[in-house]
Amino acid sequence: MTKSELILGLSERQAHLAQPDVELAVKSIIDQMADSLSGGSRIEVRGFGSFSLHFRPPRLGRNPKTGSVVALSGKYVPHFKPGKELRERVNAAARAGKPLKT
Amino acid sequence: MALTKAEMAQRLFEDVGLNKREAKEFVDIFFDVIREALEKGENVKLSGFGNFDLRQKNQRPGRNPKTGEEIPISARRVVTFRAGQKLKARVEAHAGSGQQ
Repeated sequence: MTKSELILGLSERQAHLAQPDVELAVKSIIDQMADSLSGGSRIEVRGFGSFSLHFRPPRLGRNPKTGSVVALSGKYVPHFKPGKELRERVNAAARAGKPLKT
Repeated sequence: MALTKAEMAQRLFEDVGLNKREAKEFVDIFFDVIREALEKGENVKLSGFGNFDLRQKNQRPGRNPKTGEEIPISARRVVTFRAGQKLKARVEAHAGSGQQ
């Protein structure tokens, strides 16, 4: 499912909202989530999951082209931990034999 | 402070002009629609944010950390999140005011 398919799905279920409002609202939620993480703040959605930042310590890497050693500074990476309900429902569907769509 | 559904709804009220009830309902359904796609075995790609991918895990040996007893971890399907380039770059640039 892509963002545009998500917008379509939401439009069907929120038929009283105008399509541009649905698009704007989806964009607003995604922007808020990206802004939150970029500002170092977690996201918590009960039943769905939480997003947080994990720290990756500084390390020595190599330039794959030249083989020379380069110092890489520490950084943060986004991390998602699925909530209990999402975990259980996804797994229950798998047990019921629903195949993965690729 | 963590971002929650209540704050997302507040912003939809302020920025998009949905009324409070509509805004709350919209945020709920936003996550419902994503969850339902994942339940159906469909990966979800949100450009500008990241992808929710499903992975099938085989059974593997595990241990009860309390008793040390060996118990198999059953085969399962799990959701993983891969942040997109844009989000990764923005988060990395946040030099970090210490761990949260």
